[in-house]
Amino acid sequence: MYRILDREDLTSEIHLLKIEAPRVAKKAQPGQFIIVRIDEKGERIPLTIADWDGKEGSVTIVFMEVGTSTRKLALLNTGDSILDFVGPLGRPTEIEQFGTVVCVAGGFAIATIVPIARTMRKAGNRVVSIMGFRTKNLVFWEERLGSVSDELIVTTDDGSYKRKGLVTEPLKELLQETRIERVIAIGPTVMMKFCSLTTKPFGVKTIVSLNPIMVDGTGMCGCCRVSVGGETKFACVDGPDFDGHEVDWDLLMKRQRTYLDEEKESLELWKKKMAGAIVNE
Amino acid sequence: MSEKKKLDLNRVPIPKQEPLVRKKNFSEVALGYTEEQALREASRCIQCKKSSCIDGCPVDIDIPGFIRAISEGNMPEAVRVLKDKNCLPGICGRVCPQETQCEMTCALAKKGAPIAIGRLERYVADWERYHPEIIGQQRNCARFNGKRVAVVGSGPAGLTCAAELAKLGYGVTIFEALHVAGGVLMYGIPEFRLPKDIVQAEANYVRSLSEEVKFDQVIGKIATVDDLLGNGFDAVFLAPGAGAPMFLNIPGENLSGIYSANEFLTRTNLMKAYAFPEYDTPIKVGKEVVVFGGGNVAMDASRCALRLGAGKVYIIYRRSRVEMPARAEERENAEEEGILFKLLTNPKRFIGDEQGKVKAVELYEMELGEPDESGRRRPIPKPNTEFIMEIDTAIVALGTRPNPIIPSTTKGLELTRWGTIKTDDATGRTSKEGVWCGGDMATGAATVISAMGAGKRAAVDIDAYLQGKS
Ligand SMILES: Cc1cc2nc3c(=O)[nH]c(=O)nc-3n(C[C@H](O)[C@H](O)[C@H](O)COP(=O)(O)OP(=O)(O)OC[C@H]3O[C@@H](n4cnc5c(N)ncnc54)[C@H](O)[C@@H]3O)c2cc1C
Ligand SMILES: Cc1cc2nc3c(=O)[nH]c(=O)nc-3n(C[C@H](O)[C@H](O)[C@H](O)COP(=O)(O)OP(=O)(O)OC[C@H]3O[C@@H](n4cnc5c(N)ncnc54)[C@H](O)[C@@H]3O)c2cc1C
Ligand code: SF4
Ligand code: SF4
Ligand code: FES
Repeated sequence: MYRILDREDLTSEIHLLKIEAPRVAKKAQPGQFIIVRIDEKGERIPLTIADWDGKEGSVTIVFMEVGTSTRKLALLNTGDSILDFVGPLGRPTEIEQFGTVVCVAGGFAIATIVPIARTMRKAGNRVVSIMGFRTKNLVFWEERLGSVSDELIVTTDDGSYKRKGLVTEPLKELLQETRIERVIAIGPTVMMKFCSLTTKPFGVKTIVSLNPIMVDGTGMCGCCRVSVGGETKFACVDGPDFDGHEVDWDLLMKRQRTYLDEEKESLELWKKKMAGAIVNE
Repeated sequence: MSEKKKLDLNRVPIPKQEPLVRKKNFSEVALGYTEEQALREASRCIQCKKSSCIDGCPVDIDIPGFIRAISEGNMPEAVRVLKDKNCLPGICGRVCPQETQCEMTCALAKKGAPIAIGRLERYVADWERYHPEIIGQQRNCARFNGKRVAVVGSGPAGLTCAAELAKLGYGVTIFEALHVAGGVLMYGIPEFRLPKDIVQAEANYVRSLSEEVKFDQVIGKIATVDDLLGNGFDAVFLAPGAGAPMFLNIPGENLSGIYSANEFLTRTNLMKAYAFPEYDTPIKVGKEVVVFGGGNVAMDASRCALRLGAGKVYIIYRRSRVEMPARAEERENAEEEGILFKLLTNPKRFIGDEQGKVKAVELYEMELGEPDESGRRRPIPKPNTEFIMEIDTAIVALGTRPNPIIPSTTKGLELTRWGTIKTDDATGRTSKEGVWCGGDMATGAATVISAMGAGKRAAVDIDAYLQGKS
């Protein structure tokens, strides 16, 4: 069992859990992920390592409520435990002194890009970060990402806070104005796809963190297979980072939708159970 | 026993669930002997002086010894004799390919009626599970000798090696990547052939001997083999199996609805997708299911698909029936349940719909040519025989290869050209000092009992090495 040391609600749907996992914390590197199984009947779901503290022996995850598993996770509090917590999995993000690096993040991935931006900067890069949100009340960690970046740009789709528009717009301007050696884009699949499309004409290498459906996370099942540069790769062991210009985005999005009906069924059942639990109390 | 005793050549059959009933449930197919049936079968054993049956058993069970104990009604003694050599008898009694092992070398095999050793072994193991007090009385380990061994992987190879070393007094820690012990026994072999509570009961016996099993530990990630050697372990036994799935490498293979057998079986067995949505892990099985391959894994996957509600399940195999590597018994079980065999057929490409779901597969016919390196007749495509078959689900059961996580993170481990770890057969030693290996990672996909044999031989050699050093 893995104990929850701390919990924070970053927005109404995005939560942070700090989990006691000293051995994972000792080995974690930016860009890697863990797999959790919340309880005996739970599925195995992957979540990026958002932060870690080797001394304290803790690993932080940040997740968005989308279906049954993430909602179950959102109900846990400090002092509760998670049944299984496996990691660190996947390859770490490639960190070198590239020059100017642009880190683009949307939604829950703001949290996961922080350690990458931090490490990129430590490696001697000039880091420009772009964070995008749907609307003002979903904004979180602006200061935190700002503190590890040389420059920070914030966008909201509806213009309710800072710059109006999508992250790809400031990204394009930066590419036109300055010399950029590398772009890292993490967030919803569509966002990563459009960031890659934006950078492609400029020939700037763009690393994305793919999020296909996974089971074991160790290369045993092949569920996470993605097509990159015409070759089949297992995202859990060959990735999750890949060259965004080479990814077959349509295939990824189609595979992500494999279990839509089942996910809905599972969520309905969960909601019913929760409603029952409240009535019974 | 008197030589004159008349040979009884009537093997006692094992009762089974009816095919029409069992294809709708995940309960065990074979029901096991009753006491009376076990006694009758045991009494057929002629207690040969030179018991050739033992030559066929990779872990050297005293077969006549435990069978005699059954005949004499001394079940605790039967348990003792079995457990002396085999810490997982309930598993082996169910899944050992006995027809090519102990039952092939049994003296009565020549007469076509070998003793049903596996079924008797299963009977004893099942008796033991209902009498847990016996295990408690019989567990005897030497005192801790001050040395520690790390075992990587809790499949049959790892569990056996751990049990043997623990009995000798070593402090053994098992590191397992998944959240349960058992390896393929838990995630691969289905419930209806090997109930998971039996695997857990036998794994728990091993856990009761060794220091602990640490779950959720992917060695190579959370710690390397060198980390283990540098942190208090005097030796490491690698038993991570050969878990990486192979695919057909044909167009359309990444459409959704196409599974590796590993994924399909893991979702079903380990994650209990057959009980979705009570369990959270989903699985999708349509009306028409095709399974590619001709081995035991293909049989298991096809029979799971049937039980998950598929309308028709086809096994598509590129050679003919005689070349099929699956056990005859499993093939028959599959056929009885209504699995359809499309032999001498091979896939060319998958076809998907707009949502990226597989909707058809293009197949072509094969014929057999001259024998190839494997000794089996080589399948050759027949020109202009392409045809399209509409399907909802495809399962690729072509076999597995070693997972590179450990080899790629361990310095000084020599590999073979198949990616397995180069290992001395007799001792399990690898090219790296202090590191042994056994099971599927050393041999490529093989059997439960051969993995156990390897675990045992390695334990003997680790002991010799560590005692020699001290
Ligand atoms: C390497 C990796 C890192 C990730 N990191 C994060 C993170 O840091 N924070 C975060 O909020 N989310 C992250 N995700 C996505 C997260 O795993 C899914 O949101 C989660 O599994 C959804 O589960 P659910 O039961 O709540 O929703 P469901 O209703 O089951 O599914 C909603 C959607 O999530 C995806 N999904 C479902 N099951 C899985 C699965 N087993 N594996 C992967 N995706 C699945 C599918 O596309 C599905 O349509 C990551 C995914 C990957 C592959
Ligand atoms: C579907 C199927 C049906 C089969 N049916 C039969 C049968 O009827 N009879 C028979 O004799 N054989 C059968 N086999 C073959 C048999 O199961 C295997 O030969 C046997 O399990 C191999 O044992 P092992 O201990 O080497 O590895 P495995 O059983 O594969 O166990 C390896 C364990 O190591 C763990 N592991 C892997 N990598 C790491 C790591 N880096 N760190 C920590 N842990 C790790 C894995 O999670 C796993 O638990 C079948 C195989 C399959 C797939
Ligand atoms: S372990 Fe397997 S090979 Fe050995 S006696 Fe039992 S069934 Fe036969
Ligand atoms: S060879 Fe057959 S008959 Fe002889 S002792 Fe062994 S099991 Fe009994
Ligand atoms: S999640 Fe199973 S191979 Fe990647």
